[in-house]
Amino acid sequence: MLRFIISRLLQAIPVIFIVITATFFLVRAAPGGPFDAEKVVLPEVKRALEAQYKLDLPLHEQYFAYLSDLAQGELGPSFKYPGRSVNEILFSGLPVTAELGFYALLIALIIGVTAGVLASLKPNTRQDYLPMSLAMIGFCMPSFLLGPLLVLVFGIYLEWLPISGWGSIPGDKILPSITLGAAYAAYVARLSRAGMLEILSQDYIRTARAKGLPEWQVVGKHALRGGLIPVIAFLGPAFAGLLAGSFVVETIFQIPGLGRFYVQAAFNRDYTMILGTTVFLSSLIVLFNLISDVAAAWLNPRLRSQLSGGGQ
Amino acid sequence: MTTLQSSEPADLLENAEMGASLWRDAWQRLRKNKMAVGGGITLLLFIVVALLTPWLAPYSYEAQNLDLGASPPSAAHWLGTDVFGRDVLTQVMYGGRVSLAVGFIATAVALLIGVTWGAIAGYVGGRVDAVMMRIVDILYALPFMIFIVLLMVVFGRNVLLLFLAIGAVEWLTMARIMRSQVQSLRQQEFVEAAISLGLSPAAIIRRHVIPNALGPIIVYTTLTIPSVMLLEAFLSFLGLGIQPPQTSWGLLISYGAETMEEYPWLLIFPGLALTTTLFSLNFLGDGLRDALDVRGSKD
Amino acid sequence: MSLLNVENLEVSFVTRNGTSKAVKGVSFTVEPKQITAIIGESGSGKSVSCYALLGLIPSPPGRIDGGVASFEGQNLLTLSEAELRKIRGSDIAMIFQDPMTCLNPYLTIGEQLIEPLLVHRNLSRADAKTRAIELLNEVGIRSPDSTFDSFPHEFSGGMRQRVMIAMALINEPKLLIADEPTTALDVTIQAQILRLIADLQKHRDIGVLFISHDLAVVSDIADQIVVMEQGEVVESGAPDAIFNHAQHPYTQKLLAAIPSGERDSEEAKDDALINVKNLRTWFHGSGKTEPVKAVDDVSFDIHRGEILGLVGESGSGKSTLGRSIMRLAPVTGGQITFDGIQLTGLEGRDLKDFRSRMQMIFQDPFASLNPRMTVYDTLAEPLLLHNVCQRAELDQHIAKLMDDVGLARNFIRKYPHEFSGGQRQRIAIGRALATRPEFIVADEPVSALDVTIQAQILDLLMALGREHNLTMLFVSHDMAVIRHIADRVLVMYHGKIVEAGPVKQVFNNPAEPYTQSLLSSIPGVAMM
Repeated sequence: MLRFIISRLLQAIPVIFIVITATFFLVRAAPGGPFDAEKVVLPEVKRALEAQYKLDLPLHEQYFAYLSDLAQGELGPSFKYPGRSVNEILFSGLPVTAELGFYALLIALIIGVTAGVLASLKPNTRQDYLPMSLAMIGFCMPSFLLGPLLVLVFGIYLEWLPISGWGSIPGDKILPSITLGAAYAAYVARLSRAGMLEILSQDYIRTARAKGLPEWQVVGKHALRGGLIPVIAFLGPAFAGLLAGSFVVETIFQIPGLGRFYVQAAFNRDYTMILGTTVFLSSLIVLFNLISDVAAAWLNPRLRSQLSGGGQ
Repeated sequence: MTTLQSSEPADLLENAEMGASLWRDAWQRLRKNKMAVGGGITLLLFIVVALLTPWLAPYSYEAQNLDLGASPPSAAHWLGTDVFGRDVLTQVMYGGRVSLAVGFIATAVALLIGVTWGAIAGYVGGRVDAVMMRIVDILYALPFMIFIVLLMVVFGRNVLLLFLAIGAVEWLTMARIMRSQVQSLRQQEFVEAAISLGLSPAAIIRRHVIPNALGPIIVYTTLTIPSVMLLEAFLSFLGLGIQPPQTSWGLLISYGAETMEEYPWLLIFPGLALTTTLFSLNFLGDGLRDALDVRGSKD
Repeated sequence: MSLLNVENLEVSFVTRNGTSKAVKGVSFTVEPKQITAIIGESGSGKSVSCYALLGLIPSPPGRIDGGVASFEGQNLLTLSEAELRKIRGSDIAMIFQDPMTCLNPYLTIGEQLIEPLLVHRNLSRADAKTRAIELLNEVGIRSPDSTFDSFPHEFSGGMRQRVMIAMALINEPKLLIADEPTTALDVTIQAQILRLIADLQKHRDIGVLFISHDLAVVSDIADQIVVMEQGEVVESGAPDAIFNHAQHPYTQKLLAAIPSGERDSEEAKDDALINVKNLRTWFHGSGKTEPVKAVDDVSFDIHRGEILGLVGESGSGKSTLGRSIMRLAPVTGGQITFDGIQLTGLEGRDLKDFRSRMQMIFQDPFASLNPRMTVYDTLAEPLLLHNVCQRAELDQHIAKLMDDVGLARNFIRKYPHEFSGGQRQRIAIGRALATRPEFIVADEPVSALDVTIQAQILDLLMALGREHNLTMLFVSHDMAVIRHIADRVLVMYHGKIVEAGPVKQVFNNPAEPYTQSLLSSIPGVAMM
């Protein structure tokens, strides 16, 4: 098993490397520098600023300088917010986004798995059509549509829930989490329904019933284990998607998280900020993909012994 | 030697009973699926309207009516007007042209690249397959959302680039699906039979592999289009996709979200249009999947 | 008083396409401490009848229309789900056909083994484990303790079936229903499991309802045989009565279809059409793992006009050998000579031209035909590819092929899924004959077919062989079939040929121990 994990880790390294390099050169290639949008700057001041931020060095030297900084965990100073480093800004936004993502994922898993499993137990009946149609809505309504709609209904018309901020007013975490989690709940519902249907048609479920096991044991003990593996495998890509979704949700609900910083940095051509955030987020995504791949493999006893070296 | 029967061999095909091809069976099954048919008809309607928009739209695209300003739906303006007095129905129709175009074109790009890549990898196998799929794996691991945002910021205002960027994300899954289809087909005995007959690889792919791989490809293509449209809407919402003076549903939704408290119809109608289209595509895709009996129902 | 008394059982299936009656008034009994065998081909309703007893038929679309199944004073067919659950796994237990798919791959063997005990009796886990290990011993599993904690994928089919049997017997049931329990197993393992079931049955005094399609298999162990066709019982009685005095035409047909006897072949001519020398087909896995030696240094001749049988169990390499000769599997060493020409050296154009001289018939009649091509297209393809005739004569040739294989001409535009297994195999044979080959490899061509159809196809192959002077390599795991159709036979084991010779000689005087064990495993000794 260890070898599998290590080989996956090794595979991840070139990925991260490509990300860093590609981002670096892409950003530099963009027209307009970090200081262009500002008020007109005197040429000497501009040159001094550029020297300070090392922008006057040839491109490849900047690259290697960045790599060595990176190796030390230094993501550099922010261009946009003088005096603050990227590390600082990142870590201020991270807990917020992490919490948002966590709640969204929780909602997605709880609602999604419940709906999907229930639907799979009585396929092609109302118990199936109802949750799956609702799931379809979650699918087809993007977060930037759902969010404003929820805000409209629950925040403005009904005035039940607050519509912006995070952690300042009680209940302000509800709408954003639901908005972000809805699409994923839909997807998880479909995945778990499909997974369960596949397992429930297997011969060994018939064996379990033939032994006289009560139905809840047949489903809960025999079917769930295999049926939910696709959901576990989905967690990695889900994580990446949640992160992307946070861009939008944080913008709509004015949440001071990583997503919003990232979008703003992209607009402001804040080189170090963009680079730092991209590297950080990408590494997180790669890590999560690894974890979910390993978890899904481990849950399958056959793969587990194959990977532990020498399955039968 | 067995003697020939008395009937003329020339009448062989005429006298024969017609067979029921699998495509025909699938079509029958699809027709019975009301949701899928509904989705298909709705989609067709939207496409026709989108194509004929320049002739169908009640107002011209740029026509403003600053005196009127934003007004709720009325007899003159079925879906209301925006802050500049522009007719919302017209905006939604023109926006639909762009959104649908992006959806179909980007999917076509992804389809072309993905299917070719996957078919080659799946058929040739061996080292070529290993290398090709390793590339796919690495690209798959890249956090594309982040990259697209970057690309759009960097190279911005280029619709063509938008197509390519979106297509570049979607072709990977298409390639994987095609490869696994081709691989499993290649091991089927009728392909072995074709090989033992002496057919060339090209003929085998053309006559035996592709017709049997089409099913999942069709299904997946139908389900990729909504994915692509969502991606475009997402980018446009962030201000990174379609730029004014062009419009798309995503852009309209983002404007509508800004003023939703005062003028909710500006959000609701483009939103409805997008959601309906996505619904139709998904129902159609699911229906196709069930009809073609492709593995993995509704996932 | 019978243990189980089924009277007039009726079961239908309601689907989108209408209602079909699978079981039309079936009656049979199982006497205490006896084995009743239900024999039938596909579509006979034998499995459905037995599943209905335990309420295991999925309820839409299945529906029990009528009948009585008395077991211990209760009518099983009218019991509620809760009451049935009490009986399943405790008073009546069931084992199924495919041991590879019948155990949950995500749970340990032990966990699955103790479930019936935990559910039906209030045993503690520790006690349950002890009992489970006792049972594993009883079914012949050598290291029960480590087996208890292992997962199903670590074991072979035969081992898993033993576990299934243990799981069924763990609660001391009074009736055991066995649905084709040996069909998916190799012949030698099959014999072991049959023996095991028979012994356990005697030892524990239980009644057994044994479902099978194979009269030979049950002839050794059944006390009573019930023959079913198309949802009805056509005949039932003691084995002696059935085998020697069968009344119903269907039973007689079944008996006649069992391949028997040997061919009257002339002395082997020395004219070798094909010569195989030191053939090796090894599959190299990734990295430095040992290669799989599917065909390991094999040498033999195939004489013109003969049918050479190639027999072996799964994993013996027989299919790979056939495929290697057809150049469908990559040969890693040795030579194959066909009519004096080096087959192993040919590539590209030359190979293609050669292919018209040798063709193959595959095992799975459905998978070997392109589902999207009509019969016409399938037969036309080889004719056109190898220029067997001009386009103008195409129809004529195709019509003749249809006649040769016994298919009605007006089916020519139909698709494979519209035919039965036997008909599809005829199409496949027609395709193989299209180029007028000299040599045909038949890879388990009848293994997937019902016994009566099997007999027809075997006769067809033999007739065509004579008519077109074909040389054939007939691969099979079924010893009786080989004996019936082949002139000479090769016995294969783990990639090597362990014995070779004329069928009469090998079957009556096997020299090698492996051959002997194979032969002694052939079921149906009681009938001979």
